[in-house]
Amino acid sequence: MNLMMLLEMAANGLEDRVAVGSLDSGLTYRQLFEQAGEAAARFRADPGAKVVLCDESSPAVPVALFGAAWAGMPYVPLNYRLPDDDLRALAERSAPGVAIGDDSGAARLGGVEGLTAVTRDQFIADRSGDAPAIEPGDWSMDAEEIAVLLFTSGTTGAPKSAVLRHKHLVSYILGSVEFMGAGEDEATIVSVPPYHVAGVSAMLSSVYAGRRIVQLAKFDPDVWIDTVEAEGVTHAMVVPTMLSRIVDALEARGGEPMLGVRALSYGGGKMPEPVIRRALDLFPITNFVNAYGLTETSSTIALLGPDDHRVAQYSDDEGERARLKSAGRPLPGVEVSIRDDDFNEVGVGEVGEIFVRGEQVSGEYLEKGSLLDHEGWFPTRDGGFIDEGGYLFVQGRNDDVIIRGGENMSPGEIEDVLLTDERVKDAAAIGVPDREWGEQIVAVIVAPTPCPATELQDLVGARLRSSRVPAHVVFVDELPYNDTGKLLRRVLRENYAHLGDDPTD
Amino acid sequence: MVELKPGARFQSTVCTTEVIVVKGAGEADLMCGGAEMVPAGTGEVAGEPAADAAEGTLLGKRYSDEAETVELLATKAGAGSMAVGGAPLEVAQAKTLPASD
Repeated sequence: MNLMMLLEMAANGLEDRVAVGSLDSGLTYRQLFEQAGEAAARFRADPGAKVVLCDESSPAVPVALFGAAWAGMPYVPLNYRLPDDDLRALAERSAPGVAIGDDSGAARLGGVEGLTAVTRDQFIADRSGDAPAIEPGDWSMDAEEIAVLLFTSGTTGAPKSAVLRHKHLVSYILGSVEFMGAGEDEATIVSVPPYHVAGVSAMLSSVYAGRRIVQLAKFDPDVWIDTVEAEGVTHAMVVPTMLSRIVDALEARGGEPMLGVRALSYGGGKMPEPVIRRALDLFPITNFVNAYGLTETSSTIALLGPDDHRVAQYSDDEGERARLKSAGRPLPGVEVSIRDDDFNEVGVGEVGEIFVRGEQVSGEYLEKGSLLDHEGWFPTRDGGFIDEGGYLFVQGRNDDVIIRGGENMSPGEIEDVLLTDERVKDAAAIGVPDREWGEQIVAVIVAPTPCPATELQDLVGARLRSSRVPAHVVFVDELPYNDTGKLLRRVLRENYAHLGDDPTD
Repeated sequence: MVELKPGARFQSTVCTTEVIVVKGAGEADLMCGGAEMVPAGTGEVAGEPAADAAEGTLLGKRYSDEAETVELLATKAGAGSMAVGGAPLEVAQAKTLPASD
């Protein structure tokens, strides 16, 4: 198996349909295939090297991804938003290789030993014209070879490189996407950056489905809305912060609903319920999909589909409404198990760590090797539970668990309660050091309308055990998120650590 | 007879059909166009599919036997149609998962 098998099928089946870009000027599947071959011929001049990308979304992304697969080299997209020193550290770990970037990306990687930096323009120019010859279809079909290396975001330590082999990504696509399943008029807007796992999987699933890719170089809610309208976009994937900003922008424009978007999937972090409920009103005929997945699982492993969303939006049943906060059910071919601290499976509704197994699950890092157990299960480090209908509820990273007086509590359950107050736009619960309790709970709240702290404390006390009541409630204009929508709890814990030993605050 | 396992690839020897095994294990009598299929890249294509095995294989479709013990994905289309153990393979029902990325 090789990622190129997917593109070759698309090139054979779809030929002159546009794969990437605008209808009048984009690359067709046939052209994308040819350009990948030319890129591969170039890449092969440096055997044993990697294909490093330090760039925003552009047609160079799929060409580099498939070209690397054809050449038999790992594709390594870097986070160009990192500060220079951090970026160079990752680039040094990725050498030797070819590094492709925009002018600034190429310049920032210049001088890294073993990396040949080329600008995106050079990369594209080098491909047109006298590219070295390459045999059609001569990629390796060894499914064990590394297709993609993705650095984890390093929210809890130094970034690690997650290893995705051809077998993981191809299994994911074959297991979840129907070949040529998209109509000729369909287009998807990719606004996640190339170094996010969804930036990789979006290329693969769209190419295999035959859905035209429209790329947004960098996310801006107004540009997103305008591009969707101008390009006739029918499908989109966004992280929660993006959807929140799109909803704000649409409301600022007068709240006109967007009717052209047929399907909108979201994932990559916890979606505040008020945001999704407002979005359901602003996209009234859109099919919503909540996807849960990790870099180490080749993207999506569970999803909450359109029908589930409608039921949850309009149901009077508390359990069915609650499913809007769930990640839905596992994909076919993916097994999910909730385990306690001794790795025993727990019962329905009981909280534990989410374990996952399936052909798309890698669970491997270059630095640490495979984390799969002897039966193939990967511990996600996410906490959660499964309800009686088989719906998976994800409650956040186990590393974020608050331990107060020996009692483990998930920030998510406290945040969910806080967000039921209509005045609360966003909420984070964190633990800060406390001499008496070990940790004390601080609630960090975004509430444009004033909202007394005591009312929020009473709300948590009424809905959850008293031990869950935040000792402190602080109000801020916004919570810190990274650019792919992950809440930076570490930053909050640092900012509010001083509250910990001062219970009179 | 060929050895089936997920990820293994086979080609027809009488048409352009190529497949990858999605599901299946062990030895199987895998035919296309009335001739035995061979591991991809190991055989020449010559002749034509037999008249009773020439309904064609479609690119990107999944083919399975009645018991659904075998599932093959066509990575290249061809004029021959496939059979396992003498029983023709049929196009499997398309998956209808919504797009998630």
